[in-house]
Amino acid sequence: MQFCLCHGGLVFFMTPELFLQYLFAGVTYGLIYAIVAIGFNIIYNTTGIINFAQGEFVMLGGMTAISLHHYLPLPLAIAAAVAITMVIGALIEMVFIRWLHNPSILRMIIITIGLSILIREGALHIWGEGVRALPYFNGNEITSIVVLGVGVSPQVFWVLGVCGLMVAALYLFFKFVPLGLVMRACAANRVAATLCGVSTKNMVTFSFVLSAGIGAMAGCVVSPITYSQYDGGTNLAIKGFTVAILGGLGNSMAAVAAGLLLGIIEAFSISVVPLAFQDAIAIGILLIILFIRPHGLFGNRSAAMLKEF
Amino acid sequence: MLRIRNLEVGYGKLKVLKRISLHVAPGEIITIIGANGAGKTTLLHTIAGLLRASGGEVVLRDQNLREYPARKIVGLGVSLVPEGRQVFATMTVMENLQMGAYLPMRRDKNRVREQLAWIIELFPVLHERAGQLAGTLSGGEQQMLAMGRALMAQPALIMMDEPSTGLAPLIVKNIFKVIVKMREAGNTVLLVEQNAKAALHIADRGYVMETGHILAQGAAADLLANQDVQRAYLGRDVDAQT
Repeated sequence: MQFCLCHGGLVFFMTPELFLQYLFAGVTYGLIYAIVAIGFNIIYNTTGIINFAQGEFVMLGGMTAISLHHYLPLPLAIAAAVAITMVIGALIEMVFIRWLHNPSILRMIIITIGLSILIREGALHIWGEGVRALPYFNGNEITSIVVLGVGVSPQVFWVLGVCGLMVAALYLFFKFVPLGLVMRACAANRVAATLCGVSTKNMVTFSFVLSAGIGAMAGCVVSPITYSQYDGGTNLAIKGFTVAILGGLGNSMAAVAAGLLLGIIEAFSISVVPLAFQDAIAIGILLIILFIRPHGLFGNRSAAMLKEF
Repeated sequence: MLRIRNLEVGYGKLKVLKRISLHVAPGEIITIIGANGAGKTTLLHTIAGLLRASGGEVVLRDQNLREYPARKIVGLGVSLVPEGRQVFATMTVMENLQMGAYLPMRRDKNRVREQLAWIIELFPVLHERAGQLAGTLSGGEQQMLAMGRALMAQPALIMMDEPSTGLAPLIVKNIFKVIVKMREAGNTVLLVEQNAKAALHIADRGYVMETGHILAQGAAADLLANQDVQRAYLGRDVDAQT
């Protein structure tokens, strides 16, 4: 509730145009955070671990697409980048996770943190420190579409559209597609799923492939706005993790709401505190949530107590 | 149908099953009774492939089950209804049943539909609750769902681990009636129970397990009449009666 009051106060000092500008920026970033958080949730649900290399999938998607765009038209470059990142996701799971026998949660977390460092250093080696970007999908930096009296970059609508579509597709996938059903079953009870004849190991691999894919796709659409750099994944991982916790771990629809919330809070915070403090806001929210509502804004306390982590 | 010979299973150095042998013929209801820690659940988990044996053999028809992982054993026709139901709590009743048909669904969809109709006939309550989350069902309903899910795999042999635990007597009676019906429909049943009396009443034969050994075996009626079994597992004070 205090967030609404905060908005109300800001609107008072703000022109409606500025308000809308901030809102669009907030929703754009919020959806990206939500996609990263959903990536966390998909893997968390099938394995019970947080894959801290999730942000690196976003970075890899963007960087690979940029490199491929030298040789391929944009849509093909993006499709290939997403496919390559999915293969990398599968390889990571098969090489580093699959053969572990009942690994402890702590061991898995350390492995994924190690992987994220490995990927980042690999990216530094391949692409260097330079900041790159995909071109705008339509028009260029200064093209804008006027909505309610404010100019908005068409890329923002690409982000909104693609991320919105991915969220809807994932929802339908887990609800109606047999494979989605099986993945939920693995999340709900791994032993029972095995007793139904499911290969839970393959489902874990598939969850890595799926989250690598959506992360890479998000990395591509957002690249023209936020730029891509070898270490861009770390920041996104922190924001995505905050959002996943804020919504309640494992709950993907809540992650969308929490992502939008964090994105909008960050966007409006610029008018109150200096830009440099923007990241501190996410960390602050993460700490507050972990202290007072560790099961998340939308999570269920008793369900959270049953979870291992 | 199922033949187990000299089966040895352990956790590390600790041997939980010590050279167990038993057999199950098609169409039988076999019960394994015994106190906590006798190794009954370990035995079922080993047959289902959740645990690896260190010695002996488990043969279903001509297949050596020890060579297969748990997920393949379901496909060979052995389903386990695990202790504590283990339903998919966050999924609906119908989705749980669909998961049970994960393997047969690839072979023959019509057969799966028939099986579902039969299961709903056995447990009408599952039909009423079809859209409800399994975690919100009562204990008895969850047990019925777990049995229904196992039956969806169209098993030749269905193994049940303590189906009566924590249930009201009336519901237990109901569940045991269904077990008899399952046999009538051609299923073979391997039933592990602490409620020895109820189990022996519906079973054809029984095995008595204690600390990893089989102490006694025989026709269910004989075991019911056996004074040692009565004293140890049926809670009857035989000495006072004589």
